[in-house]
Amino acid sequence: MENAFTIAAYVVAAVLFILSLGGLSGQESAKRAVWYGIVGMALAVVATLIGPGAGLWWLSLVLIAAGAAIGIQLAQRVQMTQMPELVAAMHSLVGLAAVFVGFNADFEINRVAGMDEAAIAALTGFADLVAKKTPVEITILQVELSLGIWIGAVTFTGSVIAYGKLAGRVDTAAKQLPGGHLLNAAAAAGSIAMLALYLGGAGSWTLFLMALLAFFIGYHLIMGIGGADMPVVVSMLNSYSGWAAAAIGFSLSNDLLIVVGALVGSSGAILSYIMCKAMNRSFISVILGGFGGPQGAQAAVEGEMVATGVDEVAQSLDEADSVVIVPGYGMAVAQAQNNVAELTRRLRAKGKEVRFAIHPVAGRLPGHMNVLLAEAKVPYDIVLEMDEINDDFPETDVVIVIGSNDIVNPAAQDDPNSPIAGMPVLEVWKAKQVFVSKRGQGTGYSGIENPLFFKENTRMFYGDAKKSLDDLLTRVS
Amino acid sequence: MEGERRVAMTPDSARQLQKLGHECYVEAGAGVPAGFTDDAYAEAGVTVVDGATALFEAVDAVAKVRPPTEAEIDMLRAGQTLISFFYPASNEDLMKRAADRGATVLAMDMVPRISRAQKMDALSSMANIAGYRAVLEAGNEFGRFFTGQVTAAGKVPPAKVLVVGAGVAGLAAIGAATSLGAITYAFDVRPEVAEQIESMGAEFVYLDFEEETQDGAATGGYAAPSSPEFREKQLEKFRELAPDVDIVITTALIPNRPAPVLWTKDMVEAMKPGSVIVDLAAERGGNCELTEKDARVVTDNDVTILGYTDLNSRMATQSSTLYATNVRHLVTDLTPEKDGAIVHDMEDDVIRGATIAHAGEVTFPPPPPKVQAIAAQPKKEKAKELTPEEKRAQEIAAFRKQTINQVALLGGGAVAVLAVGAVPGMPASFMQHFIVFVLAVFVGFQVIWNVAHSLHTPLMAVTNAISSIIILGALMQIGSGSFLVTILAAIAVFMAGINIFGGFLVTRRMLAMFQKS
Repeated sequence: MENAFTIAAYVVAAVLFILSLGGLSGQESAKRAVWYGIVGMALAVVATLIGPGAGLWWLSLVLIAAGAAIGIQLAQRVQMTQMPELVAAMHSLVGLAAVFVGFNADFEINRVAGMDEAAIAALTGFADLVAKKTPVEITILQVELSLGIWIGAVTFTGSVIAYGKLAGRVDTAAKQLPGGHLLNAAAAAGSIAMLALYLGGAGSWTLFLMALLAFFIGYHLIMGIGGADMPVVVSMLNSYSGWAAAAIGFSLSNDLLIVVGALVGSSGAILSYIMCKAMNRSFISVILGGFGGPQGAQAAVEGEMVATGVDEVAQSLDEADSVVIVPGYGMAVAQAQNNVAELTRRLRAKGKEVRFAIHPVAGRLPGHMNVLLAEAKVPYDIVLEMDEINDDFPETDVVIVIGSNDIVNPAAQDDPNSPIAGMPVLEVWKAKQVFVSKRGQGTGYSGIENPLFFKENTRMFYGDAKKSLDDLLTRVS
Repeated sequence: MEGERRVAMTPDSARQLQKLGHECYVEAGAGVPAGFTDDAYAEAGVTVVDGATALFEAVDAVAKVRPPTEAEIDMLRAGQTLISFFYPASNEDLMKRAADRGATVLAMDMVPRISRAQKMDALSSMANIAGYRAVLEAGNEFGRFFTGQVTAAGKVPPAKVLVVGAGVAGLAAIGAATSLGAITYAFDVRPEVAEQIESMGAEFVYLDFEEETQDGAATGGYAAPSSPEFREKQLEKFRELAPDVDIVITTALIPNRPAPVLWTKDMVEAMKPGSVIVDLAAERGGNCELTEKDARVVTDNDVTILGYTDLNSRMATQSSTLYATNVRHLVTDLTPEKDGAIVHDMEDDVIRGATIAHAGEVTFPPPPPKVQAIAAQPKKEKAKELTPEEKRAQEIAAFRKQTINQVALLGGGAVAVLAVGAVPGMPASFMQHFIVFVLAVFVGFQVIWNVAHSLHTPLMAVTNAISSIIILGALMQIGSGSFLVTILAAIAVFMAGINIFGGFLVTRRMLAMFQKS
């Protein structure tokens, strides 16, 4: 940090980043907030380029431009329904970058250690910084960069697996190698042993081994988490990528890296905590378990699913005064958000009260449904959270459940043996009539039978959500 | 049987049965009173057989409506299955006789009342029809409109209908009466059916009575006998209503007992001339004191009392289609492989419940079903009203707890920071960074709690974008002299570049979509 200008720029950038996160407290201020983030990032990069990162700056610019081209392509082409995958994939990039930067720091330490006085005097940039450090500082530096590499590596493989699960390329069921958590514990113990060896001066190979062990932990940890917990996983990985950046910031003595890393890390942690609370599960059990097998005998579901046709749905909607729509991942998969929005517009034009009920963990990403509905231009003031709308169901005439399952499962309240017992759910069954748009009779992501489908006031509206709604739109003018 | 017009198989149900691999036979002329000719059966692929004897010889399973006569029982052979109404509690001799012949008998009236068996619940489908028909019969006798009208020829008051017993028949009667426009009242000893009654559009007649109320769930949804005090109170209420109502439809039955007398002689006398009573419990002695089974009685004060027990036969086509469907569902459960072979699974709750004779043994009464028919009513707990003092005490306690938590957290955090600082030889340069780190975490926590729930996805995208600040580290290293370091740093810069632009752009795309209505 030899340049006072760089430090000043970093302070401004840090403030901008904080404002950028704080601005997300409201829909309107959020639009401004993104600009704060963009300006902050630009400032940070420029300040680094003319300051400590001056070497090879032309190459840096070319690489950033190339990255930008790909990033812009990705961002413009991605479907809103694929958001979760994209975010997970991008986390893996940050993780891998942290691993590389960490290794570089180690190489530099080794290189500088082998130099004579004259060569050290000629050093610039990061190497110069390293050269000035005392032995104690070097040890601390080594601890920091190992942490950075380790967290970065876990983030990388974890994110790749999370991406695979979200994109449907990896089986979403919770799977673990024989040995389960013992394997994770062994790998973690191995990592600590490697760290000790590394600090003892055993050389870079220990770092490599540690990174490999961390790669394994990331892979195994996320493989063991079931699909229904993915929102938590994504925000947890987000948090990890932040901590990795902070650790690297320590090793590079870069305050901005530390600040931003800590911001991202704590935001991810809080988000994970909020998600877990919404599912009434402890964070530890999500991270270490995924959905376990059913505990004890689940209450058998009695009754029959009664199928219905588009005419009955249309007629009920016609007679209803208040309608609540509960979207879930199924709506995202079928890309039905535009049809849902069109239906909403038509019903509202007839003077009916139409609202949306969003469960905190609907979809595969926190806030997933809000984004999809916003994309389809559903006004956000009729999109309500679970707590805001749960008391209104008894006065609701018709509830349409589109592709959600576990979040409307009454077993969470009625059946203490259900794996989701105690999870807050949308009490749609209290409405006068419930239509469930669903592809088939299968169970949801978590594989739990849903007694809602067997209730007397529930009618099953089978078929692909988009197609069903297409048919419905022809009957609702 | 004389007066019976229903038939246990229709051409439609026969087609379905054939899909299960069964061959179907029908006695010639059996369906004619219900509107199904022999030709219609033949067209559906059913073999028409002359006479009951020939029919019993031809088939493996016989389905009929009424309980079998002794002669019919004697026609059964070992291993043959008989499906019909049986009322085993009152027909023990017949049941014994059937068991002695080695036949299997499934009583349609014994199908347990669990959700899964609803599709075979013939009692309900028959009761539904009886309730509807009872209103029509009453209307036939009743000299006025059901609905109130104001016409040029004068004002017509609406008819008042009282339905006693809100089982399936009662509810069906309520539905029919209200849809004709009558003002309908309904009474039942089970208070939990009040909601069902009101959902059908009738008014529930409340009794002002303090007693452990009955829980219908304990008796499979049926009413149990009530205490003498309760009965007294109930009759008093009816006495009060009697002069007012025009039509009374009674459907009160208690399983395996004579029907309770709820409409006494003095109530009938108190009614207006021209009023009608339809007693659906006539088969079991009647709810009304003056009911005569299968007869129309007109009292001295011109009240008509109908004690018909053949209401279902009066709607033979409808009754037959529903009953035939119930039978068909039962047969479906009996042929799990759909290969026309009847498998009698005594482990199945439904089949076990309905079976009253099997393999030479009388198997009545069945053990209680494993699944409870109706969930027990949860005991309602009154939410405790908090006094202002208690509320205040709670608030103070909550505040104190919060304070303690916060102080503990702060103290713990401070100790941890101090401990890091107290490590011997800890360089000051590290502590500087460490303080920045702790403060940043703290700011992060403060800021993120306020983020709106619906913006969690944009938040994630933004934090993802700014976590590519790691690019700074790579930029600082790219100018290093070592070739390997430069390559790795270059890759890192490239990846972070993707992330920066991708992340921010996606966030902007998302946020641009949020709009107010």
